[in-house]
Amino acid sequence: MIWQIEITILIIVIILAVGALGVKDLLGAAILFGAYSFMMCLLWAIMGAVDVAFTEASVGAGVSTVMFVAAVFRTSRRTED
Amino acid sequence: MRIVGLILVVILGSVLFYGSLAFPPWGDPASPASSHLSPYYIEKAMEDTSVPNLVTAVLADYRGYDTMFETIVIFAAGIACIVLLRTFKETESGSRLYRHIPTGITLKIDKKGRFPEDSVVFERIDSHWVPHDLIVKTTCRLIVPFIQIFALYVIAHGHHSPGGGFQGGVILGAAMIIYAIAFNLRSAIRRMSERSAVMLSSLGVFIYAGTGALCMLFGLNYLDYSALAGLLGVDPVTARSHGILIVEIGVGIAVMAVIVTLYYNLASAGRHDEGL
Repeated sequence: MIWQIEITILIIVIILAVGALGVKDLLGAAILFGAYSFMMCLLWAIMGAVDVAFTEASVGAGVSTVMFVAAVFRTSRRTED
Repeated sequence: MRIVGLILVVILGSVLFYGSLAFPPWGDPASPASSHLSPYYIEKAMEDTSVPNLVTAVLADYRGYDTMFETIVIFAAGIACIVLLRTFKETESGSRLYRHIPTGITLKIDKKGRFPEDSVVFERIDSHWVPHDLIVKTTCRLIVPFIQIFALYVIAHGHHSPGGGFQGGVILGAAMIIYAIAFNLRSAIRRMSERSAVMLSSLGVFIYAGTGALCMLFGLNYLDYSALAGLLGVDPVTARSHGILIVEIGVGIAVMAVIVTLYYNLASAGRHDEGL
């Protein structure tokens, strides 16, 4: 385990998390959240939990981002009812 | 209110950090988990189950109950999504857009008009976002089979490498989603209908639970796959390895179907008509 890489990834994870919470645009938040998941996946891989990293990459960074984008696509500023 | 929330978050966060100080350090060989539980798995997993990937052995054999109920949780999530989102209401306007393929002209047909439903020169397009996407469609058509084969490889090779039912199922579902995005939601639903998605998700859970029940039928504990040795015609150790493969296939089917169901409902707001 190389601590410089780990610290760098941890800092990026925190920046992405704060960014995903803070950004006004929902689509941007979804993309930032996907990037966050991908960084978490790298962290799992560094720790040697390859199966968890694989799951994080496919579910967190892949499908859940698509789900968020699909949900954002169906949201409007005003309610339709 | 924001101040109160901030104070609460800071207090709870510091309590969490304080609690995490009591954990053993990362990778500590003297921690309870590493000194009692893990050595057994590391030493015995290979001779018990003949599965080289410890994670798969623990997940699907030693901790089979956990994985089964995880699968049931995913199934319940899919059902809950259908219950919450699915509507059978017509779209508000009722008019549809059709593109005349040879000329590229788009027609808007009103509710009262006649829709060219089974015409070969007209294709129905979504009312929101419909660029001409020949390159996207062709690329998708080329890569989807490879994604699916990779997913099957991930499921089948979970004994030897990272992967297994969950990951493989998610990748299979993602292949279906990429097809729905590149073409449109209706052609994806024609390939895999809502009914078959729901049937497949319950079939996956049934395969898992049924394998466990079959083990009971042969006189051993629930999910003790060595009971299947006689049925599969192999020795009990190999039977546990094969049993893991069977339940991983069940998990893969269930996860794939649930992912597809979630996407159909989220992308079309439960109408299964026009979507991303």
